[in-house]
Amino acid sequence: MKPAPFAYHRPTTLDEALATLAADPHAKVLAGGQSLVPLLSMRLARPSALVDLNGLPGLDTIEVSEAGVRVGALARHAEVLASAEVRRSQPLVSLALGHVAHATIRNRGTTVGSLVHADAAAEMPVVLTLLGGSVEAASVRGRRTIAAADLFLGPLESSLAPDEIALSAFFPALPAGAGVAFEEIARRHGDYALCGVAALADGESVRAGFVSVSDVPTVVDLTGVPAGERGEAALAQLDPQGDIHATATYRSELVRVLTERVVQSAMESRQARSPEDS
Amino acid sequence: MTTKLMGQGVQRVEDQRFLRGQGRYVDDVAVDAATLHAAVLRSPHAHARIVDIDVEAVLDIEGVHAVWTYDDLSGRMAEPLPLLIPHPTLTHGRTQYALAKDEVNYAGEAVAFVVAEDRYVAEDALEAIRVTYDVLPPVVGIEAARAADRLVHDDADGTVPGNVGARMEQSTGDPQPAIAAAPHRLELDLTIERSACTPMEGRGTVARWDPDTNRMQVWTSTQSSTGVRAVVAVKLGLDLGQVDVITPDVGGGFGVKINHPWPEELLVPLAARTLGRTVKFTEDRREHFVSSAHERGQVHHVEVGFDDDGRLLGLDVAFWHDHGAYTPYGLIVPIITSTQLLGPYKPAVYRVVFESVYTNTVMVTPYRGAGRPQGCFVMERTMDAIAAYLGKDRTEVRAANFIQPDEFPYDQGLIFQDGRELEYDSGDYPASLEKLKELVGWDEFPAFQAEMAAQGRRVGIGLACYVEGTGVGPYEGAHVHIETTGKVKVATGLTTQGQGHATVFAQLVADELGVKFEDVEVVTGDTRRMPYAVGTFASRAAVMSGSAIHLAAKRAKEKVLRIAAEALEAAEEDLEIVDGVVSVKGSPGSSLDLGTVSVLSNPLRYAFDEASKAATQFSVGDPGKPPVPEDDEPGLEGRDFYSPERATFASGMHAVIVETDPRTAEITILKYAVVHDCGNLINPMIVEGQIHGGVAQGVGGALYERMAYDESGQLQNASFMDFLMPYVTEIPDGIDIDHLETPSPLNPLGIKGAGEAGVIPSAAVFAAAIEDAEGITISAMPISPSELFHLRQEHSA
Amino acid sequence: MSEERHEIRLSVNGASYELSIPARRLLSDALRHDLGLTGTHVGCEHGVCGACTVLLDGQPVRACLLFAVSVQGQEITTVEGLTKPDGSLGNVQQAFAECHGLQCGFCTPGFLTTITAGLRDNPTPTHEECREMVAGNLCRCTGYQNIVKAVERAAELGSEGDA
Repeated sequence: MKPAPFAYHRPTTLDEALATLAADPHAKVLAGGQSLVPLLSMRLARPSALVDLNGLPGLDTIEVSEAGVRVGALARHAEVLASAEVRRSQPLVSLALGHVAHATIRNRGTTVGSLVHADAAAEMPVVLTLLGGSVEAASVRGRRTIAAADLFLGPLESSLAPDEIALSAFFPALPAGAGVAFEEIARRHGDYALCGVAALADGESVRAGFVSVSDVPTVVDLTGVPAGERGEAALAQLDPQGDIHATATYRSELVRVLTERVVQSAMESRQARSPEDS
Repeated sequence: MTTKLMGQGVQRVEDQRFLRGQGRYVDDVAVDAATLHAAVLRSPHAHARIVDIDVEAVLDIEGVHAVWTYDDLSGRMAEPLPLLIPHPTLTHGRTQYALAKDEVNYAGEAVAFVVAEDRYVAEDALEAIRVTYDVLPPVVGIEAARAADRLVHDDADGTVPGNVGARMEQSTGDPQPAIAAAPHRLELDLTIERSACTPMEGRGTVARWDPDTNRMQVWTSTQSSTGVRAVVAVKLGLDLGQVDVITPDVGGGFGVKINHPWPEELLVPLAARTLGRTVKFTEDRREHFVSSAHERGQVHHVEVGFDDDGRLLGLDVAFWHDHGAYTPYGLIVPIITSTQLLGPYKPAVYRVVFESVYTNTVMVTPYRGAGRPQGCFVMERTMDAIAAYLGKDRTEVRAANFIQPDEFPYDQGLIFQDGRELEYDSGDYPASLEKLKELVGWDEFPAFQAEMAAQGRRVGIGLACYVEGTGVGPYEGAHVHIETTGKVKVATGLTTQGQGHATVFAQLVADELGVKFEDVEVVTGDTRRMPYAVGTFASRAAVMSGSAIHLAAKRAKEKVLRIAAEALEAAEEDLEIVDGVVSVKGSPGSSLDLGTVSVLSNPLRYAFDEASKAATQFSVGDPGKPPVPEDDEPGLEGRDFYSPERATFASGMHAVIVETDPRTAEITILKYAVVHDCGNLINPMIVEGQIHGGVAQGVGGALYERMAYDESGQLQNASFMDFLMPYVTEIPDGIDIDHLETPSPLNPLGIKGAGEAGVIPSAAVFAAAIEDAEGITISAMPISPSELFHLRQEHSA
Repeated sequence: MSEERHEIRLSVNGASYELSIPARRLLSDALRHDLGLTGTHVGCEHGVCGACTVLLDGQPVRACLLFAVSVQGQEITTVEGLTKPDGSLGNVQQAFAECHGLQCGFCTPGFLTTITAGLRDNPTPTHEECREMVAGNLCRCTGYQNIVKAVERAAELGSEGDA
């Protein structure tokens, strides 16, 4: 399985990268490539050119502030996962990243790349949505911040323009007194989830985000729903589909089971967490 | 005195190159810029007539050297590929053409062949080929095949009515009266879904035509070097003697590489000769899914009559085997199901009937177990059903049916896959069962199950017994050559895909000849070194080549002793060979090393080095006699063949304890136990490795892997992302193994085959354990959590 | 029209190679066909099986998911680079030989590179960590039991002598 031919650019500055993208509407950005390269090899995607970001300086940073975690375009999943500062600031990012593929894929794949790939079966898009994060995008026209709620349009479709590069993603910090949890069920260790749930519980609200249950990352508000009814309440707002690995009915059952488990776990971690941890 | 290597876990010689990344697999051969690369255009449709193929645009692509369709083939190449194993009941066998002629019958069938500078360009060329298809509705699944609303084959080459390729019946009598008269009766319907071998290395072929010697050299990732050689010669109009087939290192076969010739195995040599260049084809993973072979898909109906002890009084089995679009390998898989279904038992009367049906899917050829897993599933589910019906322990019911140790040889009254009587030579099933029960803790399990239940946990235990007729003929051969350096070069014609043959066979030679293990080098699968061979399949290599090599080494040794006795002026009985030195027992000063004996074995006129002077005409020999005796040959070689009267029967029993999640229906393996009897072991470490691998493949086959075809005949999971081969995390952490050794009386070393054992009882044992945990009948495998969940829903409804 | 070639320099196992290749040449193919380092094997070309795993600046990556042009200037280690300069086996390789951790050998290079990096980062792994270390590589022959044993043995060998 070999890719169709494409032109290759290895810009040394961001401006160069943006100009190249602007000049060729069928060019695509290459960062981690762990999602893109198989598509090229299977000839499911045929960009005219690849703009390789791997030579650009300064894009691999991971910045942790009081506000939260900003992950640069070239920060590899493995680096973000290994960061103790990230874990302290927003543990949900670390929890979810541990479920992304296998360690070897995480060594090269980028968290920003995974977000922009906009696969609702991936872990990070719904985490970004649940946390109310955002992506910083740049083009020859300037920069803009895209809120997670506006980022995911459809299956594998983000709202990034063809000539835009996502420079970084921002995950807000976990506030004091809030708790998070993440769990997924997959057929094999490291596979795409049959169903995954990320939950965020703070003083006022309880929300859960779902992996592999819909076309776009979906967050459900479960505030005030008592334990034992959360699964059903979530299901009422979701429409799980079937595929060769799980029927819609079975997937729905996984939604029920995991919603209860993960929301409970998030609420319990809320109590366990002290204000000094944020 | 050196220790015998037979029975030792000797470290493998192959590892020295594999671990350094110096293995030479087929894609590693001819890695140079001059080699051309092939790609194949494959049908996207499961069933279609080919209206037109337009290759115009291909010729514009730089770097393309050839593009062929069926119209470019002539003579024997234009005929269908051979039907390898004919059988009288295969009345409607069909094989594909090297490139589809007028019709395609599975998505993946080869339609056009391109040769280019590299694989990238070749794939570009494929995209430029425009094929016009007249899409036909496909037949997918056994039910659709049987209903025969549509036919797979109904064309200029003939019609296959009802999609039935063959109907075959074997019996020891009519079981219906016995079933009717029996105290108890049961009927079962049991299904196994299609799966596949999926070795880590796919198929590949390299060919080079040498115009200076008029010889064709082929490397191919095969399980039968001689099989490929014979077909290449015939199809390309060459003498057998003009074709060499060299089997490179092979990255796993598990059965799929026994089928031959693949279209590419003919097209590549043809292209090499036509273009005057070395040509290489290496398939990619998707191609392996859609154009190699699958197996396992069968539907079975059982009627059984039994007594109060669960003894089988009458067993009547009918089944339907999905062989896909073509039948190159004949009926081997369903014949094996038919015969090996009997397992270690002796039903009073047994009848088995099968229909082998066509579907518009990838063809079916053997996959490790080759029909035994299905047979074992049927028999073991029947045993479990009988036990449940009678309220008896599942091991008791089995024990009541065992062939007893004093009943061997036991003739089951049927004809086996080798065309010979199904006669079990040896085994001890009661002893195996005792060992298994001990190993898994069978008697203690009910208490454990109750304890878990009190905690809200569901656990279950299952067991499954099987026998395996291994070491089938027609024969294998071996050549042992002791060179003047004292090194021993051994060749056998069957092939290797990871079983460690070079190590295991060297152990045998070292023992028989008395040479150092390190001085023995074994080559397999090279027709230049051993042109008479059959292949590696049916767990036959150790039995067949092991025996042949042992016998060939014996012959070489006889000659060594004869020559040495004369040279040392001693009696042959007084000689011993230790570490490559022949000496008179008790008289170490009187000795010759094997290298010298080798020199002496070949009377020379011309010395070529210092040592060889000893063999020249003025130095040695009785001037009154011919230098080479009448019944002898020059050189220190031994050649022999082993051809068995019948298969030799290995056996085994597995047990598994599983836990099922009450909500998510996820299945976890808590314990896996194996008791295994493959007679005498040459290398226990290697045998154990085979068991580990087989069990893992069985776990995959029972819980994760299936071929997911949709109604239009499209394979929906043609990648490793969706065909779920297990990682380490899906395999139990540790397998408990115990051995029994009932040596085979049929071959000199008492060996039985071990290669397939691990995977045979998997579907049966997991179905049994899950059923035990859930209290729900499991009659179809594989099973996923989603499917178990739905079974629960149906059960409680 | 012929495809554009890029002149690149690859650093593999400490040696520098100059290549003139199209951009779409996967690293797995560049290593195998352009450099003749056929120890890295290709099992799936979609990043799942791990047979093609090499080290990139010491980190395991799938060579089938990289373009050779994209990894200029980085240090690549393949299975061939794990053998010691005198030709003897490194610890991980040695452990595999002792523990019968390979059968057909096709998946093995991917395991060897992965484990080499894994043990460098965690020289004293627990049994669970040993399993996790190889959890992203497929093997069809061994059933993994002896591979896990080999990881543990390699850790032992590493602590006995120099790593």
